This record gives sequence, C-alpha cells and structure tokens, in this order.
Amino acid sequence: MRVCLSVCLLTLAYIAGACNMVTPDQGGGMEMDGEGMEMDMSGGSMAADALEPQTTENSLFSVSAVSSLDPVVINETHAWTLHIENADGDAVTEADISVEGGMPEHNHGFPTAPRVTENLGNGDYLLEGMRFNMGGVWVLTLEISSGGESDSVTFEFELN
Amino acid sequence: MRRIGLAVAAAVLLILVSGAALVLFGPFREGPAGVVRTFLGGGERSPAGGAHGWTAAERGLIASLSIDQLPPLAPDPSNAVGDDPAAVAFGHALFFDSGLSPDGTVSCSSCHVPELYFTDGKVRANVRGADTPRHTPTIVGIGYSDWYYWDGRKDSQWAQALAPQEAAIEHGGNRVAHTLYVLDNYRSQYEALFVRAPDLSDETRFPLNAAPVEDALLRAAWDEMTEADQNTVNHVFADIGKSIAAYSRRILPGRSRFDDYAAAAIANDQGRMGEIFSAEEAAGLRLFIGDGQCTDCHNGPLFTNGTFHNIGLPLPEGSSFDQGRSLGTLKVVDDAFNCLGAFSDAGEEDCVELRFIKMAGDELVGAFKVPGLRNVGNTAPYMHNGIFPDLDAVIRHYNHAPPAFPGHSDLVPLALTVEQSDALKAFLLTLSAAPDAPPELLQAPERGE
Repeated sequence: MRVCLSVCLLTLAYIAGACNMVTPDQGGGMEMDGEGMEMDMSGGSMAADALEPQTTENSLFSVSAVSSLDPVVINETHAWTLHIENADGDAVTEADISVEGGMPEHNHGFPTAPRVTENLGNGDYLLEGMRFNMGGVWVLTLEISSGGESDSVTFEFELN
Repeated sequence: MRRIGLAVAAAVLLILVSGAALVLFGPFREGPAGVVRTFLGGGERSPAGGAHGWTAAERGLIASLSIDQLPPLAPDPSNAVGDDPAAVAFGHALFFDSGLSPDGTVSCSSCHVPELYFTDGKVRANVRGADTPRHTPTIVGIGYSDWYYWDGRKDSQWAQALAPQEAAIEHGGNRVAHTLYVLDNYRSQYEALFVRAPDLSDETRFPLNAAPVEDALLRAAWDEMTEADQNTVNHVFADIGKSIAAYSRRILPGRSRFDDYAAAAIANDQGRMGEIFSAEEAAGLRLFIGDGQCTDCHNGPLFTNGTFHNIGLPLPEGSSFDQGRSLGTLKVVDDAFNCLGAFSDAGEEDCVELRFIKMAGDELVGAFKVPGLRNVGNTAPYMHNGIFPDLDAVIRHYNHAPPAFPGHSDLVPLALTVEQSDALKAFLLTLSAAPDAPPELLQAPERGE
C-alpha cells in the first residue's frame, strides 16, 4: 500500500512539474536534481509573492507585502514593497509604518533592523533591510499610522 | 487551457493524496495558516529507507550545504583593489611580513597559520605570552562574511586587517609606523596600485609613532597631527588593509568529502553515497539537518548564517562576562574604516548591512558570530573563548545547553545518546578539505615576488 502510494505521489509530482505547477519563479529556490526532479536547494525559501494581502486588526487598512528578492531565501539582505489601502480600497499615500518581526518560536527578532525607507507613491512603500537567517516560521508586524489613526497587522510565513 | 486544466486536476489530486500519505506516514509539522506547502517540502520518508535513503526535502537541505551551492565571491564594493592580482601579490607579502610589528616578531600569519587552516591551535590568540580575550578564527572563506571578528565590530575584511596591527598584545604597532614601513619597503608596489606615495618625511608633521589608540603617548602624538595629515596616514593605512584583504579573500574552502556525498545525494545515487560516507557519517548528517537543528544557524554552503547568537557558553576561569555583539554593534558604526566611512570605496547604497544593522535587542547580549564549520575537525579549540578543547566537549555542551546569563541561549538541550553524539562528530569530520587557493598563496611568498 505504501509503495503504491509512493509511486502515485512520484507520478503526480512529475505531472505537476510538467505542468509548471512549481517553477523557479514561483516555488522558491528550486533547481533540478540528478533525476530531473525539482528540488529546493536553498536551505529555506518562499516565493516572493507568497503572502496573501491582509486586513489590519481593526480593519482600517488592507496591506500586501511582496519581496523584491524572488524567491526569498535565507542569508540575503533584501527589500520588500508594501502596499496599503484603506477600507474603501483607496491607496493610503501618507502612512507612517514601523516594522518588527522575528521568530517567536526561537525567541529572537530579525537579524537586521528593517525599516521603510521610501514612500514610492500610490500607496506603495519600500521596506529595506529584510533578512532571514534560518528556515522556519517568521512573523512580520507592521504598525501603520495615517490620518491620525493607527492599526497593525502581522504576517506569518514559513521559509522551508 | 488544457494544460491549466490538467494542472488544476493534478494539484487537487496531489493535495488529496498527500493528505492521505501524511495520515499514513506519520507526523507532519504543520505550516502556518495561509501558507501552501509544496509536496517536496513535506515530511515523507524515502521509500528506500536505509542509511542513505533521503526524502526529496532532505536531499534539498543536504544540497543547500554543498560547496556547489557557494556562489563566486562577489566583489567587495568598499575595496576597489580587492580583486586586483597586483594587490593579491602585495597583500600576500604584507600578510607574512613581521616587519609590521615593532619587534619584528609578529605578522598576520603568526596567528593565521596556513598549515593550521589559518588558525593557531591556541585557546586564545597569544603572540608574546599574553592572551587576547578571544580565540583566533580561520580566514578560509571569510571573504563571504558581512561582519568580522567574533563580535562583528568590523564590516569588511580590510578594516579587520588593520586592527590587529595596532592592538598592543597583537602586532603592537601603530598606523604611522606601519605606513612609513610599507612606503619604505614596498613603494613601487604601492604606487602601482594606489596613488603616488605621500611624502611623510617631515617628522614634525608625521611623528614616527602615532595612532588613535589606548596608549597615551601614541594617542598624544596622533592628536598633535593636523586632521589633513591624519587623513593622509589613514588613506595609506586603509590601502594596506585593502591589499591584505585582496590576498586573504583568495583563500577559499576546498571540496570536502561531504560535498561529494551531497552531489551523490542530489542524484539520489545510494550506491555512490554508500561509497563516500559510512552509515555512521550519514546518521550524523541526518542529525545535523534534522533533530540536531544544527542548520538553524550552521546553514548554507559555509555552514553559517553569518549572524550572532548566544549559546550560553561557560566563561573561562577568571574572566568576566563578554558582551559580544551588543558592544560590537556600537564599535562598527563608530569605526572610521567602516563601509560608510571616508576611506571606503563603496557608495552608501552598497553598505546595506551597516545601514540596516540591528543595534538593539536582548539577543545581542553575549552573542557571537556563528563560525562556519568547514574544516572544523582541524581547527580546535572551539568557540570565541576557546573554551572547548575538542568536538566531544562541543557536542556535550549542545546536549546539555545550560541557560545563558546574562542574555538568553538560543540552544535547546539535544540530549543525544553516545552513539548519536559520535555520529554527529563523525559527520563533522567529513567537512575537511585543503583550502582552495593557488599553492603559492598557502605559504610565505618567495623573496622578490
């Protein structure tokens, strides 16, 4: 039974690979191994656009966060772009954003001190200095202030 | 359209069958909500099993440690001569030149001994009978680092190369003396690489010994100099460091037995794997990437994440607590020779690590740079304070993982059995290889080079 299932899984993996389910751009750190299988050789990675947009705790803002390093891999300092909209779906163009995060399971923060360095306009903000120094579950918390109101959002994601 | 249809069908099937497989095949660490795990990232066991049976995810993790994944060393933007062959030759000469010490007894190679993988085999660095506070790290592959010294108080290899020259219990020299010495002995090499050598012959402006160091006489002499004259000296001194770095960044790690094993693992060639590793070494590797959690910090082809962690090390007898990174951060941002400083060749945008340095956080207290593990079997003793004489003692520490005080330890006790500890050690011993560098760079240069 186990053998049969394994064969099925391998076959399906081949089919999925052939259909571009997981490509180097989407899957994170993928390379081909000696058998033509796609294999993540990064030691911990995630697709740049893996995070679903989220609504802040009190529903004031909708926030998306996309890495400019694709895939996101460990041990490389890189930038992300944040996009912020209000509850009506309009871009929030004058936000102050503070950044925190780390690995709660390991009781440590980011190895760097990332911060928003530039307002790119149209509700986009440049977040520089992001770095992950190991695989596992990370969180990124953004405290967003605009028009006298503040709200926060936490993204949770895994580099594996 | 058909491709998409097939892909969706395959995806649905894959998820269903993967779910069934997980129920059948045992525990699976759940990912966080909203994150889709790929099939290959799962916790399934290889159907083959055995010492060299690895899942695709495990083989990927093994591959991530291989030297084949190490990218070519990128240029150091702060060092314009970093990859210049003439600077390599010049730096090679300087690295072995004990003229860069007042008593003519100490060179960089006194502690970074090529035959000892560029370490010294001592508990703590010691050149004239006096211990420095810390153990000599290797320089093999260190050009890939973002931070230098155990506490990361320097942010380039060239800035690091300058500090021991002025440390009283290391080279014991000073920047004016070393600048004069180099311009006297290497003028043509210097001028071929840099600008025309400045005229430092006026001793009223350039005292023979002066530097901004702790020694009161040297500091007073330095403070007497004009800022412009100080900068003249600093420029040449920085050039000396940049040349030494051009040499030392060429000393790269070689291909170890582990790297051959990783290549066989990528190909999933169990026969070949069995020829390269014993079952015990493979068991050690399994612990290293699995239950040992070693790859949390010792990850990537150099077996280091390049950052700083407190692992609750015991203090050497009679020593006081070493703050480590929490002081290193303050020093590097203040360093005249850092990436953003006047003597760096980098633009501000190149200095990403310094611009986004983590300055605050409990985890910096008592934290030290994670050393790479290549050649670890050849570079005892271990840790920033040289507290452990052998790998058995290191593994014992990880097995017990005492709490840190002050600060917090990033370790959890591994509690490995004797057999597991032996296997882990056996694996670590497979990471050795002669440095990858032209043979002539692995010894003192012949005269007249």
